Amino acid sequence: MAVQTFERTETVAPLTPLAALRLLVLRNYVTYKTYWKLFLTGFLEPVLYLFSIGIGVGQLIESFEFNGQPISYAAFVAPGMLAVSAFNGAMMDSTFNVFFKLKYDKLYDQMLATPLTTGDIARGEIAWGQLRGAAYAAAFLLVMVAMGLVESWWAVLALPATILIGFAFSAVFMAITTWMTSWQDFDKITLAQLPLFLFSATFFPLTTFPTWLQWVVEVTPLYRGVVLCRELTTGSITWASGISVVYLVVMGLVGLAVVRRRLDALLLT
Amino acid sequence: MATLTLAEGTSRQLDYWWTVYKRTWKATIVSSFISPIFYVLAMGVLLGGFIAGDPDRLEGATSYLTFVVPGLVAAHAMQTAVGETTYPVMGAIKWHKTYYSQIATPLEPLHLVAGHLMYVLFRLITTCGVYMLVLAPFGVFATWWGPFVAFAAQVLVGMVFAVLVFGWSARLRSEAGFGVLFRLGVIPLFLLSGAFFPITNLGEVGAWLARLTPLWHGVNLSRMFSVDAVDWPVAAANVVVLVVLLVVGWFWSVSGLSRRLVL
Repeated sequence: MAVQTFERTETVAPLTPLAALRLLVLRNYVTYKTYWKLFLTGFLEPVLYLFSIGIGVGQLIESFEFNGQPISYAAFVAPGMLAVSAFNGAMMDSTFNVFFKLKYDKLYDQMLATPLTTGDIARGEIAWGQLRGAAYAAAFLLVMVAMGLVESWWAVLALPATILIGFAFSAVFMAITTWMTSWQDFDKITLAQLPLFLFSATFFPLTTFPTWLQWVVEVTPLYRGVVLCRELTTGSITWASGISVVYLVVMGLVGLAVVRRRLDALLLT
Repeated sequence: MATLTLAEGTSRQLDYWWTVYKRTWKATIVSSFISPIFYVLAMGVLLGGFIAGDPDRLEGATSYLTFVVPGLVAAHAMQTAVGETTYPVMGAIKWHKTYYSQIATPLEPLHLVAGHLMYVLFRLITTCGVYMLVLAPFGVFATWWGPFVAFAAQVLVGMVFAVLVFGWSARLRSEAGFGVLFRLGVIPLFLLSGAFFPITNLGEVGAWLARLTPLWHGVNLSRMFSVDAVDWPVAAANVVVLVVLLVVGWFWSVSGLSRRLVL
């Protein structure tokens, strides 16, 4: 294989996408090792929300219904927190970190001076984010099992589901970040992040909203993720759950394509 | 060399912060005013619709909205104060080095601390004040005078966090510590110090742990006066704890900054 490319090209042989991915993930791992305290404590946030809202506030709530089944409030909130932690992790990694590397570190400029391509960078950053996110999601799922909040073996699929949520948001947030010019622009990110976090049927069911607003919420991406996780941990999975999966896959792929084009425009011209 | 009195130094320093604020106030709108309103709407109004307004279970509040609002404002005071005393303090020491240029004038560390804290006080008064004014028409306050005392309690608890965190930031060498502070300090306090639910729901041990946190004292004062269910001995104890922490934190801040800048 190596011989073939060697014969055909005059310039340095580009890395295969997989080799590039391996290198970039390794690079992030090496730099991240110094921040192991941040890594460890990152897992706490969704657990604290679960204790506070799920258990503390949950004691004030009589009972809840999901897809026609009665459900404890903690069991309702927990999968929401699982999806939210994937969403938040993706947001932190692909906005603040990427902006810093793009604008101040000039890290991507340096990388492009090597055989890496913009596509490699986009895939490498997003893959690394998902590895971190998956570690958090797995730990959170274990907490849910320990607290008796998992009602079905389908919950095993909640781990890949959170990776899918993370992927979709990482790609889109990274694409948005390429248009940012200053730290002030991050206010707009908060302005999008907070309503998604609070109103995506995370803390109360969709039926709380008037009908027209239910439609709006149903087409937002975090709602798709929350519902998917909830269907998996409660075992009320149907063919309609596939809509969420397709939605998130398409969203991630579109985001990825945009990131590539934007990095090309920003760094290669 | 001429030495400045505390008042003179503070007012000079406050002038600096006022200039900074005039240039950056727009950035505070989302975090100070829009985010809290989202929380009130999501937790107080929408989630509150599922919670029975039983005063026996809600520390005297007649609805979950009236219960959660005073707690949220107190917690928001904490977050504002922490936000203003973490990165800005480290920035003034480590990145922009404004503190070093300022103590090259007749200003002393004492004045820098006082000026910075007065600025935090201004931020607390405006954010909590606007918050309380916006909420007043929703009928969440039981008496006309209670909200004023509650407001004072919110500002007081905010200042407690300001002095404690300032002293810590002045001693901190790496900003990585802030991530840990937020995750192990601010977020657990926000979620578990009685802002969202009565601390008795945490069980006996959990409730006592919550009573040991500074935020709970502020949340409790804010709520008792907002819903007009004041237990005066408890209120007095809350105030004493907060004032003691404020005084201790003041000396902790001044000694921290003096050591960092002068020695």
